Amino acid sequence: MKVWFSSHFREYTGGQAEVTLEAPTPTLAHLIATLDQHYPGLAFRIVDEQGRLRPHVNLVVDDAFERDLSRALEASSRVGVVAALSGG
Amino acid sequence: MRIRLLVSTQKGLYVLGQQGEGWALSQPLRFGEIISDAVMDPRPGSRMVVATRTGHLGPTVVWSNDEGATWQESRKPPAFRAGSARSVDTVFWLTPGHPHQPGVWWAGTAPHGLFKSQDGGETWEEVAAFTEYIAELNQREGYAGFLGETPGGALTHSILVDPRDPEHLYVGLSTGGVFESQDGGNSWAPLNQGLEADFLPPPSNGPYHLYGQDPHRIVMHPLEPDRLYQQNHCGVYRLDRREGLWHRVGRNLPPEVGDIGFGVAVHPTDPDTAYVFPMDGTSVWPRTCPEGRPAVYRTRDAGCSWEACREGLPERAWWTVFRQALSIYPSDPPSLFFGTTSGEVWGSLDGGERWSSLAAHLPRVLSVRPVGAYQ
Repeated sequence: MKVWFSSHFREYTGGQAEVTLEAPTPTLAHLIATLDQHYPGLAFRIVDEQGRLRPHVNLVVDDAFERDLSRALEASSRVGVVAALSGG
Repeated sequence: MRIRLLVSTQKGLYVLGQQGEGWALSQPLRFGEIISDAVMDPRPGSRMVVATRTGHLGPTVVWSNDEGATWQESRKPPAFRAGSARSVDTVFWLTPGHPHQPGVWWAGTAPHGLFKSQDGGETWEEVAAFTEYIAELNQREGYAGFLGETPGGALTHSILVDPRDPEHLYVGLSTGGVFESQDGGNSWAPLNQGLEADFLPPPSNGPYHLYGQDPHRIVMHPLEPDRLYQQNHCGVYRLDRREGLWHRVGRNLPPEVGDIGFGVAVHPTDPDTAYVFPMDGTSVWPRTCPEGRPAVYRTRDAGCSWEACREGLPERAWWTVFRQALSIYPSDPPSLFFGTTSGEVWGSLDGGERWSSLAAHLPRVLSVRPVGAYQ
């Protein structure tokens, strides 16, 4: 499973734009937890302490935006973790 | 001793330090991040602790032991208990703990929350008793909405640690009022008698509400900790702890200036000398310098009278100075600093007599903290 990150998150991935997980995860929530094991602190930048997706973070699954963290994933799923457009 | 300032802005952190006859500004640190507060630990070790967030990634705390050359992020940033439905939006305020408690730090958040670190900011624990107390205040009959929000959220700030007793704490809540703990945060009591609140319905049982007021900044005199000053949404106040009543000493400011503002600072040795930076709180509350005439106002008699300190400041300017952005350094005479919403930093090395521009063209300044100062 491949996961792509916009620039905001790469401080946590050691600069990598894309990472490959050997074992697929069943849902987006599981994916976020797995990513945090590899990249400590990353999950808290994607979701808050209540497990809610941060308002200016978007998840993309196979080219479609997805905010439901229970969304099922396949081994072939391509996931994007991207910062939403927000000004200021 | 050369003074250095940590200048927190909407787009990063800057170190502004005396160099030669002038001041030198660092390159931006944590560039692009919204830095609410940055404090250099006055205790041994000189760790810089920074409250930061970006628009996307949410709030966190980072620290540096080498003046910002390298950074570490808290392994456990301030966060409310899972399942509580609350989440930290901003880590708004940082206070180093008591000098005898190395490694202890306090943080105030939006929404209201108090957090404690015992390891120099590397991990943070929610002060659950404070959260529970806030929840109880919110549920009291007749006080619905008394713990309200400012445009920046419901801000917990002005965490003060009594130098005589590390268990004795004060905090300010915008809005909510002033609260005090005698046992390190396990239990709390309001300390709001004398404070006005013209944005609340009139109190029905007594001259003042028990809580619900809007302190903007509270300071405690370092040598006489029973003397507090407060810049409130509704005036400037002085409190002598044994009396327990806030006095609106801002009434003695010129009426055309008023006593609305965000920041207040107290002289490092003289508890009767304090400084405020008034702003326009009339009509629609522009929050800029009254009549566009910037001035720090100084009292040397505990608020009975005030004098304008404006030599060197522009004749006309329309700034706002936020609550963390007015500060004092314990030189002799004391040095005063303020940062503006227009990205300028001004300083006076002679107790407010003469002012000069130390930096300009910065992003909006949110906090100015002198290195080596406790306030």
